[in-house]
Amino acid sequence: MPDTGLGAAVRRKEDNRFLTGKGRYTDDINRPGQAYAYFLASPHARARIKGIDTTAAKAAPGVIGVFTAADVAADGVGGPICGWVVTQKNGEPHKSPAVSALASDRVNFVGEQVAVVVAESLEQAKDASELIEVDYAPEPAVTRMTDALAEGAPQLHDDVPGNLCFDWEIGDKAATDAAFAKADHVTTLDIVNNRLVPNAIEPRAAIGEYDSGTDSSTLFTTSQNPHVARLVLAAFCGLGPENKLRVVAPDVGGGFGSKIYVYRDEIVTLWAAKKLGRPVKWTAERTASFLTDAHGRDHETRAELALDKDGNFLGLRVSTLANVGAHNQIFSTATPSYLYGCLLTGQYKTPAVYGEVKTVFTNTAPVDAYRGAGRPEATFVVERLVEKAAQELGIDKTELRRRNFIQPEQFPYQTPCLVQYDSGDFPLLLDRALELIDYKGFPERKRASEAQGKLRGIGLSCWIEACGLAPSAVVGALGGGVGQWESANIKFNPTGSVTVYTGSHAHGQGHETVFAQIVSEHLGIPEDNVEVVHGDTGIVPFGMGTYGSRSGPVGGAAVYKAAEKIIEKGRKIAAHLFEASVEDVEYDKGTYSVAGTDKTKTMAEIAFAAYVPHNYPLDELEPGLDETAFFDPMNFTFPSGGYVAEVEVDPETGVVEIMDWVGVDDVGKVMNPMIVAGQLHGGFAQGIGQALYEGCVYDDSGQLLTGSLMDYCMPRADNFPAFKTEETDQPCPHNPLGVKGCGEAGAIGSPAAMLNAVIDAIGVDIDMPATPEKVWRALQTRAQAAE
Amino acid sequence: MPSVSMIINGEPASGEVEGRTLLVDFIRQTMRLTGTHVGCDTSQCGACVVHVNGSSIKACTMLALQAEGAEVTTIEGMATNGDLHPIQAAFKEHHGLQCGFCTPGMVMSAADLLQQNADPSETEIREWLEGNICRCTGYHNIVKAIQAAAQTMRS
Repeated sequence: MPDTGLGAAVRRKEDNRFLTGKGRYTDDINRPGQAYAYFLASPHARARIKGIDTTAAKAAPGVIGVFTAADVAADGVGGPICGWVVTQKNGEPHKSPAVSALASDRVNFVGEQVAVVVAESLEQAKDASELIEVDYAPEPAVTRMTDALAEGAPQLHDDVPGNLCFDWEIGDKAATDAAFAKADHVTTLDIVNNRLVPNAIEPRAAIGEYDSGTDSSTLFTTSQNPHVARLVLAAFCGLGPENKLRVVAPDVGGGFGSKIYVYRDEIVTLWAAKKLGRPVKWTAERTASFLTDAHGRDHETRAELALDKDGNFLGLRVSTLANVGAHNQIFSTATPSYLYGCLLTGQYKTPAVYGEVKTVFTNTAPVDAYRGAGRPEATFVVERLVEKAAQELGIDKTELRRRNFIQPEQFPYQTPCLVQYDSGDFPLLLDRALELIDYKGFPERKRASEAQGKLRGIGLSCWIEACGLAPSAVVGALGGGVGQWESANIKFNPTGSVTVYTGSHAHGQGHETVFAQIVSEHLGIPEDNVEVVHGDTGIVPFGMGTYGSRSGPVGGAAVYKAAEKIIEKGRKIAAHLFEASVEDVEYDKGTYSVAGTDKTKTMAEIAFAAYVPHNYPLDELEPGLDETAFFDPMNFTFPSGGYVAEVEVDPETGVVEIMDWVGVDDVGKVMNPMIVAGQLHGGFAQGIGQALYEGCVYDDSGQLLTGSLMDYCMPRADNFPAFKTEETDQPCPHNPLGVKGCGEAGAIGSPAAMLNAVIDAIGVDIDMPATPEKVWRALQTRAQAAE
Repeated sequence: MPSVSMIINGEPASGEVEGRTLLVDFIRQTMRLTGTHVGCDTSQCGACVVHVNGSSIKACTMLALQAEGAEVTTIEGMATNGDLHPIQAAFKEHHGLQCGFCTPGMVMSAADLLQQNADPSETEIREWLEGNICRCTGYHNIVKAIQAAAQTMRS
């Protein structure tokens, strides 16, 4: 394997600063004269605010200002927005209640920000917040979706009757009903996709700053998409205009979706800085992260699969309730609709599919995209159902899948769920995964476990997802409010080094390394001479940021396209220097030449000449070597994989031990195998975490019972085995790098494989997370039933 | 406010603190050594692990005043003359970090493990890391990095 260029496991350029404590995360930044903000959180899940008395708080030591919703609204500053309009079954747009920057006349979830104190020190701000007297009139809350939809349920928003955000459908209902009518067998499942808390280890933070001399503002913030944040803050929150607002997202300590959104605390921190004429810093405590970061998943689904007597899938019917929490956010309507419903076909040639989704407002924190966003939920439905059908029909679970796989020669494949899959080889993925886990040897291993009083199970997940969020035309047609291109700018410096400005944002993905590999490969300069800059709207002209596994296939492709433009500009400069025609100049990995001559120039020489245009034909050739490209692809990319989990369950304790884990992935061409494997490992951990450990629980009064890392089970190192991973390294057909996204893949495919393995071991259906208590109880119930 | 003095990374460090000021806040706010991170408020995540008098400790579990006179080592004190400590080098070589936020705590925790046990098994490493949460890596490469560092440090 080469040690440089695309395909090499190049060690990361960013690591030195992270390993030596020189990373620069938002909370590491301190601005001269900064004050500190602390937000007062609602203790009630649902209450009217009859009044707020801030007199005592304002008089407390060190306090500079205490503000409530009225203060912020008086300056025309608004709250978070929804970025995607979903058209309902009845043709109407979804319901999107207006959200203020701080809670005004009522609160709708525990933790909702009611007031902010800004003080000379954080301790003073916290102390003063306890002196704010809020006159709450508590009302009954509703946290369960079925309760929220019931007649007479408490209404969260005056303009949303019945708490229904939308009632949406996808697929052909009539064709699907017809398929069920002729089925020999129908498998039915009622399943829950458990609610999760993202828990990036860096809590969210923000520093607002205002310069009255230029009437411009700067927001340092923990964002996955600083340009999108700038757009939203300027266009919708009243904190613009864009050319007077700079958003800086420096090193960001993990995102997983939770840092896509523009939150109330960021809006108010930026506003307060201008109001007070002081930089204002706010950092979430973990408790606030649990209460206010957008949560993930939270679906309840009835799914049915119609089969003929030979096990061929005839139709799939899915009905889902999805919790959106107290109010909408940027992707909270797209996630349980298009990002979910479009993947219900899975890897199978099921001819008729119909899905319907109702999204419901409840008195809980907002729910939005979390690593995978809709696609893990779709995969979980399909792969649990397939495995259940195999069990019911007595057909081997691998055989049932093989019978129904879309075959490699069928691509591009138009699914019944809007999207057209680009490429894949599903039988290959499954075969290789089974080989790596030694599927044939499983019965022997099961017997060995049984001899020791243990239950052993094996479970599969054959999944596909749509990522590389783009293309703009498709996203726009489905209701998305913005374009989904990505931009890159490559600047050659006169002495041959290169700076790349990307609109993608790295928060662990290693763009500084991989994008340098792309440039190195195509422009023939060492990776060490390439600096990748991201995360600052004051420096990077445009960007859409990083989510939906889009940095490789969209952001990376933009870097590639900018490199192509550099090569073409360089060709013109070379032609001038060679006194040859442009058509005669050849280019190969950093060197220009003229065929049939010994004339050559390196890219570094061309760069120097670009900035020393002593005898340029200036009417034909512009000085400089600096090119910008926007890339907007023709389709999503469709990664797929075959995952297998093998577990051993101790029936005495209900503890599940993971004995082996295999993931074989098609993520397109692999640009850096070390980084791709790392992305997959992290995804596995989040997916397995969902299956076995993590679950966010509210009680009926709306109190968050899992509100700290002591109550919410985050997976630890000793919860996992070493993972086995392999990639097929097949090119994706519609981006110039041939890559598919890999950031979410692991989290999308894993939960189904892991839960299928547990259920295979214990012989009883259970919901995630399969905690020891839940597994033990399921085994007791089974034993009692058998008596 | 009382004053506190200690040695951090071989240098004298002192300042005025409130009685309630945590060691991690003294390190980050007063001394501006921001490599030590804060990831939670319940002493679970381990992003703030430093060494106090040679042993790893979560710097959010100790008041600054309790460290009076102590010798403290933070992530900034691990590399010598610009050369990465073998554990830092192994984390880079084996991709044991992604976003980097938990990394200082992981490295400091691993350093204490390897001074107590020069040749830990994979299971011993995983159990030792119980007090350090990483959301990015799935721990796979962190474990590999610590195994590799142990081998380097033994030889």
